[in-house]
Amino acid sequence: MQHTEQNKDELAWLDQPANVRRIVYTLYAGCALFALLDLLVPRESHFFFEAWPGFFAWYGLLACVGLVLAAKVLRKLLIRREHYYD
Amino acid sequence: MIEGMTPAAIFIAGALLLPFFCDRAQKALLLIIPVLGLWQLYASPTGDAGVINFLDYHIITLRIDALSLVFATIFLVAAFVVALYSLHVRDTMQHIAMLMTAGAAIGATLAGDMISLFVFWELTAVASVVLIWARRTERSYSAGMRYLVIQMISGLLLLSGAVLIARTTGSVEFTHMSLNSPASWTIFLGFGIKCAFPLLHNWMQDAYPEATVTGTVVLGSFTTKMAIYALARGFAGESLLIPIGALMTAFPIFYAVIENDLRRVLAYSLNNQLGFMVVGIGLGTEMAINGAIAHAVNNILFKGLLLMTMGAVLLRTGTARGSELGGLYKSMPWTTGFCLVGAASISAFPLFAGFVSKGMILAAAADQGHWFVWLVLLFASAGVFHHSGIKIPYFAFFAHDSGIRCREAPLNMLVAMGILAFLCIFIGVYPYVLYAMLPFGVTYIPYTAEHVMTQMQLLLFSALAFTLLMRTGIYPPELRSTNLDFDWIYRRLIPLVMRKASGLSEAVQYKMARAARTAASNAAGLIYHLHGPAGALARTPPVRITILWVAVLLAATLLLCYL
Repeated sequence: MQHTEQNKDELAWLDQPANVRRIVYTLYAGCALFALLDLLVPRESHFFFEAWPGFFAWYGLLACVGLVLAAKVLRKLLIRREHYYD
Repeated sequence: MIEGMTPAAIFIAGALLLPFFCDRAQKALLLIIPVLGLWQLYASPTGDAGVINFLDYHIITLRIDALSLVFATIFLVAAFVVALYSLHVRDTMQHIAMLMTAGAAIGATLAGDMISLFVFWELTAVASVVLIWARRTERSYSAGMRYLVIQMISGLLLLSGAVLIARTTGSVEFTHMSLNSPASWTIFLGFGIKCAFPLLHNWMQDAYPEATVTGTVVLGSFTTKMAIYALARGFAGESLLIPIGALMTAFPIFYAVIENDLRRVLAYSLNNQLGFMVVGIGLGTEMAINGAIAHAVNNILFKGLLLMTMGAVLLRTGTARGSELGGLYKSMPWTTGFCLVGAASISAFPLFAGFVSKGMILAAAADQGHWFVWLVLLFASAGVFHHSGIKIPYFAFFAHDSGIRCREAPLNMLVAMGILAFLCIFIGVYPYVLYAMLPFGVTYIPYTAEHVMTQMQLLLFSALAFTLLMRTGIYPPELRSTNLDFDWIYRRLIPLVMRKASGLSEAVQYKMARAARTAASNAAGLIYHLHGPAGALARTPPVRITILWVAVLLAATLLLCYL
């Protein structure tokens, strides 16, 4: 019984690297698809920069990378041990 | 239906009677009370009712209009779902506190005057702190104390503002105000504390994660949205709210990235969501106000859902720390699924709730030409996907397998989460039910090819950023830690200064006392110069300012006593 449970765990869907790769590739494909759609779907823009090709894609990517890098710096300044206040 | 009775009365009566029932009857009562409340609300006619004449003032305990109706409705729905979620808890005290908190929030939204608003405002604070203390740990005790003090100060500010207004206008009616007098500023600040404005925000991240499993969900559903309602009624179109709100959307997400306690991550994320609503209220156009209210409704649904899933994780594993969790999708598949729905909704994926409300606020900001605010909101939208949409489910349910094997959440919790998940998708797919409840007619169309495409671009490339940072090992790992925030000022700095001051030698203390006396007599001279019989300020009627000072002194005393 122990053995079968162990097996079941090992076979869990996301434990197989191939499936993780599949998810990542789906994400890449989705990014590519919506980047291409940008050329086809007409967009109204309120601001001049909004009209730049793929603005929302670039902005999302850079915002998140910037966010994480800034947060890493912030952590260096703010981090204390878990029971700091106790 | 009882004519002119606020549905809050049903909750409060129910809460008071609850201890006299056996366990099974208590459960039934918990579920029946919100239903009765909803019935009472919808059977009552619109307009003012339940008017009590107190001294010279009209106390309006039941004011039903478009704005109060939508908030009261969603609070009643939330009360039902939260009751269902906490049905397994065998702690009458928590049930009473939950009913009181929900009832007080409902009462506050339906109050037509500032006296009853104040009473319900304070009642939410007093009732909800019990949900923090009910964790019964040293940590939760002191966190609850800090929470209570700050909430009390908020109520005190509201009361003193109301008194000032009553003295000048002779009316305590709660209507739209503008920031042109000390009175309205005082009220604004009182609302600001409950809305978690920047630098006034920290009570939320401090206290929410210290509450019980079900308590955090109650706290996250009512208090702050009640404050959003008050802001929408009192200060719609106040342009100062635009930068305040924009700041609120942006800065908490940096903290959310490095925070380890996933319930605290959600508290930071709630702060960010409130920012969107505050911007909407500040913009003040019909679309912006509609957007803010729609987002408040959706927020109760998806934030409640996310807090519920993390509560279930805490219940089953004993921790909500990202560093300890991972791989729980194997043990808690249903909870994982519900969490993903909540994550998609808060991230505003098309077909989920957030998409149909957040877009309104962004569109309203763009329409008015606020390009910088629009960019900040867009940044915050990417950021919220990053920490609430990806980080929460990823570190709890996926990531590396922590080896934790536990049972799935109890059935009542699953049903409660299922109802919220259903509502998130239902509103996302068919937003017109929500739109019909909003105070202004909705012309906004959420599902245009352009909106869907730009939103998908933003989200997919944010996900791409996460994937790339994760795979290259740049993404900061979850660490067991405390991150300093504004609460450091009153938890460390002020106590330190006070300890230092009391530890000084007698000679120094004597010198300081003498210096203080000299300063005081100088100040007295100055005051005499200004306020004396020939002073410039002697002409001012001092009553209003005195009330303000009394309030400030009371608040300061409260704070110092506690420290």
